[in-house]
Amino acid sequence: MKSFSKMAWPYMLWLGAFVVIPMFLILMYSITRQGNSVITLNFTIENFAKFFSDSIFPIVLWRSLKIALITTVLCILIGYPCAYIIANMSERAQAFAILLITLPMWINMLIRTYAWKGILSYFDMDASIKVIIGMVYNFLPFMILQIHTSLSKLDRNLITAAEDLGADKFETFKRVILPLSIPGVISGITLVFLPAVSSFFIPKLLGGGEYVLIGNLIENYFISVGNWNYGSAISLIMALVIILSMFVTKKLDKKVGSED
Amino acid sequence: MEKLKNFLGKSYVWLVMLFFYVPIIYVCVFSFNESKSLTRFTGFSLQWYQKMFESRTIMEAIYYTVAIAVIATIVSTVVGTITAIGLSKSRKIVRDVVLQINDLPMMNPDIVTAIGFMLLFTSLHIEKGFMTILLAHIAFCIPYVILSVMPRLRQLDDNLAEAALDLGCTPVQALTKVIIPQLKTGIVSGALIAFTMSFDDFVISFFTSGSGINTIAIYVYSSIKRINPTINALSTIIVLIVTVVLIVVNVVPMIKDKKLKEGK
Repeated sequence: MKSFSKMAWPYMLWLGAFVVIPMFLILMYSITRQGNSVITLNFTIENFAKFFSDSIFPIVLWRSLKIALITTVLCILIGYPCAYIIANMSERAQAFAILLITLPMWINMLIRTYAWKGILSYFDMDASIKVIIGMVYNFLPFMILQIHTSLSKLDRNLITAAEDLGADKFETFKRVILPLSIPGVISGITLVFLPAVSSFFIPKLLGGGEYVLIGNLIENYFISVGNWNYGSAISLIMALVIILSMFVTKKLDKKVGSED
Repeated sequence: MEKLKNFLGKSYVWLVMLFFYVPIIYVCVFSFNESKSLTRFTGFSLQWYQKMFESRTIMEAIYYTVAIAVIATIVSTVVGTITAIGLSKSRKIVRDVVLQINDLPMMNPDIVTAIGFMLLFTSLHIEKGFMTILLAHIAFCIPYVILSVMPRLRQLDDNLAEAALDLGCTPVQALTKVIIPQLKTGIVSGALIAFTMSFDDFVISFFTSGSGINTIAIYVYSSIKRINPTINALSTIIVLIVTVVLIVVNVVPMIKDKKLKEGK
């Protein structure tokens, strides 16, 4: 039986080649000077120092975070009631509703975003609003599915118990259902916020050419400008900001959990 | 009062569904438009479908997308399953470290994973093309397969494999006749996730593809600068295929179930 453990060895090598080394390469590129191959290793911190002199980067980072945050909040506000109503339907209706929500997810995200281009061209609105509509459209299903999963796992007896003990509907929701569904909301936030911060084709398709988020900046530095070193540094900063926001979210989750 | 609340709730869910389906229906309708316009429907025509089937670029893009998704799904399902079984028999510390690293591509934004692959292939002087996209897809699909097979392994009774070995099975037989059949649901759902991830992907393909190769998503991205109604036709066909497949997959078991119950 122990010999079965050898079956995991090839993948460990694979992980080294396709996960660890690429991450290491991004780090190396971000701390070396442009134009040098990684082998000559001409170390510098100028890629990181550039943030403070760069007039675009801080604005774009702030804008990306703002857009992602608005998208996440909208997904919770729209998605929670929807998931809640679905979770209270009959089993068959639930299966059907979930099927209807998952079906569009199988169609390429790019095609679904492209679909909005025609509709939004009727309206004269701010580029940010168009981008937010596109993001909510793409990521809302994740939020609904996560919240629905946590709500449908909820033990019905707890609700009955709360009602027996004299809690009205609102009280039951506030003190029993909502706290127990928070884990679903948190994993929904992860699935919405993370791709929303880094998305680059939604702003490109719906925001028009001039609308730049952090993902577009990274794409630009890698594909058009060809400055991989600065591009790597930007990606690292973005990854750090994302990890930090996730950490804060998880901390908040624990805090909310411990108060009850 | 209760009825009104029920009605309002259902209407709200339908409203959200409308939000999900309006753009899809919009694209389908305009795929039959006579003119190039995406805002004015001037008359019925099938010309965009004809143009689509005549376009070599689109046909190749479809071929590459499907080929990559199928190969990536098969390879990542096999490798992921073997690895998951191996990990379940490994020491806890090894397992924890491997699973932690395995989580990285899923936690990282797509674009960071993608540029990591791009830098890797460039440093190794591997020319970007079909192989690089395929390798990248396999690499980002395996973690999902492992993640969906692992929970099944935890429920598995260790004694069963021991018993098979005691009764004269070779380790390979114990694996294929006892362990793998019990992991079936996990393996199937892992393969499904892998296929969707690969078929849906744009970002990873975009950064690991060379100039000579298109997938559907790359083709759409590169041709959005101009209005191109063939994309509407292509989208409509994809929507149609996905809908038919999902309905068959979901409704057929329901009907079977009903018949079984009625048979009783």
